[in-house]
Amino acid sequence: MGLLDQRFENSNVLVTSLEGLLNWARLSSLWQMQFGLACCAIEMMAASASNFDMMRFGVIPRATPRQTDVMIVSGTVTLKMASRIKRLYDQMAEPRYVISMGSCSNCGGPYWEHGYHVLKGVDRVIPVDVYVPGCPPRPEALLEGLMKLQEKVRKESLVKKTA
Amino acid sequence: MLTEFGKVLLFLIVGAMFVAGGLIASWILRPNRPYPAKLSSYECGEEPVGNAWVRFNVRFYVIALIFLIFDVEVVFLFPWALVYRQLGLFAFLEMAVFLTILLIGLAYVWVKGDLDWDKPVPQIPKIERDRPAYKQQTPAEPVAV
Repeated sequence: MGLLDQRFENSNVLVTSLEGLLNWARLSSLWQMQFGLACCAIEMMAASASNFDMMRFGVIPRATPRQTDVMIVSGTVTLKMASRIKRLYDQMAEPRYVISMGSCSNCGGPYWEHGYHVLKGVDRVIPVDVYVPGCPPRPEALLEGLMKLQEKVRKESLVKKTA
Repeated sequence: MLTEFGKVLLFLIVGAMFVAGGLIASWILRPNRPYPAKLSSYECGEEPVGNAWVRFNVRFYVIALIFLIFDVEVVFLFPWALVYRQLGLFAFLEMAVFLTILLIGLAYVWVKGDLDWDKPVPQIPKIERDRPAYKQQTPAEPVAV
């Protein structure tokens, strides 16, 4: 464990101020893992392009998991890819977050019944913070999911978790 | 009053403090929960094969040297070719001398055999196995391993 992370039994004004600063810094620079899986990735690219401009939220695509904070699982997670996704998620530095984008990565989507090669939801291998519904979701929906994640990061605490 | 080298020293000290400050701040603030999968080498999500510190064959050294010489030759040839018309016969002779020297070098490495890439001769280990009893012949002397 780090020196401060989850070391406090109770919250006080110093801890909450530090939390506020840390969480603000983290939610303002959610660097994204640069990878796309299927057609949702096209919408993710559209969200990164000038019309929607995801970079104004501080989302910069990075080519290595060591530098990324958020993994946007954009598309169909095949069984072959699932082990890679698990490994990539493991290699990300903490704090790390996952946005599951689109029906396929949420629950298997159209491959739910007959997709012998598709993982029925990426949350079976890695923990997911935000689910973005849609097939594929529009860029606005992805931005909404991103802002939901930012709200989640804003509420994070340095206090030791109970139970 | 600072001397000129004093400013350099000051620059070094401030630079070291800047880097150390960043490292110390991140050491205090970051969560640190390592486990083997997180610490494994990043190979685009694949299972990492071997060590990240790969050693190259030392024979690449000679190849790299030869490549560098001819690389520099091309760097000299391009501007020479651009202004060749203005320079005339003298530049042609100069370049001819330069190329001749390099060609002698090429002939030298060719003759020395540095351009040959020796294929390794595999040494297959011989394993002495116990033969089945019905095949066993009485050995006159112990078999050399």
